[in-house]
Amino acid sequence: MRQWTTIAGIAITALLTLFLVVPILLSVYAGLTVNYARGISAGFTFEWVRQVWDLYADTVWRSLVVALLTLALTLLIGVPGAYALARKGGRFARAVEEIVTLPVAVPGLALALALILSYGGFGTFRKSTLFVVIGHVLFTLPFMMRSVIAVLDTIDWRTLDEGAASLGSPAWRRFVDVILPNVRPGIVAGALTVVTLSIGEFNLTWMMHTPMTKTLPVGLADAYASMRLEIASAYTIVFLIMVIPLLIGVQLIAGLTERRTKS
Amino acid sequence: MDSRRFDLFLILPLAIFTLAFLILPLARLTVEAGSGPQGLAGFFVILTEARFRNSLIVTLILAIATTVATLTVATVAAQTLANRKFSGRGLLLSMLTFPLAFPGVVVGFMIILFGGRLGLVGSVSKSLFGANVVFAYSLFGLFLGYLYFSVPRVLLTILAAAEKLDPSLVEAARSLGASPLAIQRDVVLPALFPAMYTGGALCFATAMGAFGTAFTLATAIDVTPMLIYTEFTLATNASMAAAISIALGLVTWAALAIARSRAMRDTKGA
Repeated sequence: MRQWTTIAGIAITALLTLFLVVPILLSVYAGLTVNYARGISAGFTFEWVRQVWDLYADTVWRSLVVALLTLALTLLIGVPGAYALARKGGRFARAVEEIVTLPVAVPGLALALALILSYGGFGTFRKSTLFVVIGHVLFTLPFMMRSVIAVLDTIDWRTLDEGAASLGSPAWRRFVDVILPNVRPGIVAGALTVVTLSIGEFNLTWMMHTPMTKTLPVGLADAYASMRLEIASAYTIVFLIMVIPLLIGVQLIAGLTERRTKS
Repeated sequence: MDSRRFDLFLILPLAIFTLAFLILPLARLTVEAGSGPQGLAGFFVILTEARFRNSLIVTLILAIATTVATLTVATVAAQTLANRKFSGRGLLLSMLTFPLAFPGVVVGFMIILFGGRLGLVGSVSKSLFGANVVFAYSLFGLFLGYLYFSVPRVLLTILAAAEKLDPSLVEAARSLGASPLAIQRDVVLPALFPAMYTGGALCFATAMGAFGTAFTLATAIDVTPMLIYTEFTLATNASMAAAISIALGLVTWAALAIARSRAMRDTKGA
């Protein structure tokens, strides 16, 4: 006989799954119905998705550009930074990591406010997409660095580095040819996380955007506030199509690295 | 290039970026907060003025309630999912973690579809009892929204710990006659505590700073991030917005620091 705790556990997990999944299915359904209030009898259509594309296609492209630029910057800043902290070690490295991780704890609105107060006077920069990108890099950098540091902690990079050094390879070549290939799982996992977070970022972007630099979540907030339910839902479908493949990618990578560390 | 110069070269981009876009702006925020009409007293306005204090209290209660509920549900679900093999497990896990990438605005919309004016709960209750139950725009709706984006994150953290827990320990306790509650108290929960601290702290921090969900639900409840937004954009009171931001950031950061030190002590003790 199964214990009541097991049954209760399964029931709670099932309810939780319904709570998380049913609204997603509802939004897909609502975005494809002719009229949500009238239900299935009214039939299905792609008309709302088409209208969303006419109204908001620019936010989709901008979100992709912002996510890729954010990724490029987190790679350039975060990967060498993570390796430098691992080389340095000790109290200094921990303090730096603590500071870099601050944007996870400090509310996004506060960070956005701080950036606007500091750089609001630089008109061209303030109005450009780059300003939004800076906000996204600030917020996603800790995730890239954590991911790379986690892999550096599991491999014996010091021996690898010393081995290559004894063969006469200069420091920067050892970084490019020896260290980078070895931390690749961490970089890939970090990259997927960065892109996913960037595409979904709202708190910072809502404060930092201008009418010319709207991203997808900003457009979504706009649609939720002022458009009919079917259009809001269709726009949500567009968002889901963008993030769900990325999420599946994150999970596949996580599964691969897990298997590798276990064997 | 010698090793010292190479180290400098590695850390330079990080140092420049952090200095220019994190440390400097945060310093600027602090200066701004102290330069309002009340001067340095502006820092304490969140405690002295009733409107701000009430907002902070509501936000704290909401964040604590969310953290407790999330930890409870996630711990139960993680134990149910850990070490249990069934077909579709991978798919189930993916579905449970999808909301991870949803911005707060989308979560708010999910709650509207669930409990709003045209929501699922309302239409079901209407056809059963003739009454349209609407809760999305209340404090409860806000709480459900916070639960929605918190559970996936915390579930993943606790699941990782639950999968490392040796099932034979639980088996041994059971064969020695321990009740399910005793097993939880003495065997399972102590092993999960570090993960629960980490997950709980992250959940609390996110709930304190969450803005999008309240924005979409457009509730009458002023959570503190909403207050920062209205102070800055509608009242154009930058120094007040800065002071509230700093207070909110400090409360959140302190909670995280306490949770981390507790988690470290527990792992050392074990």
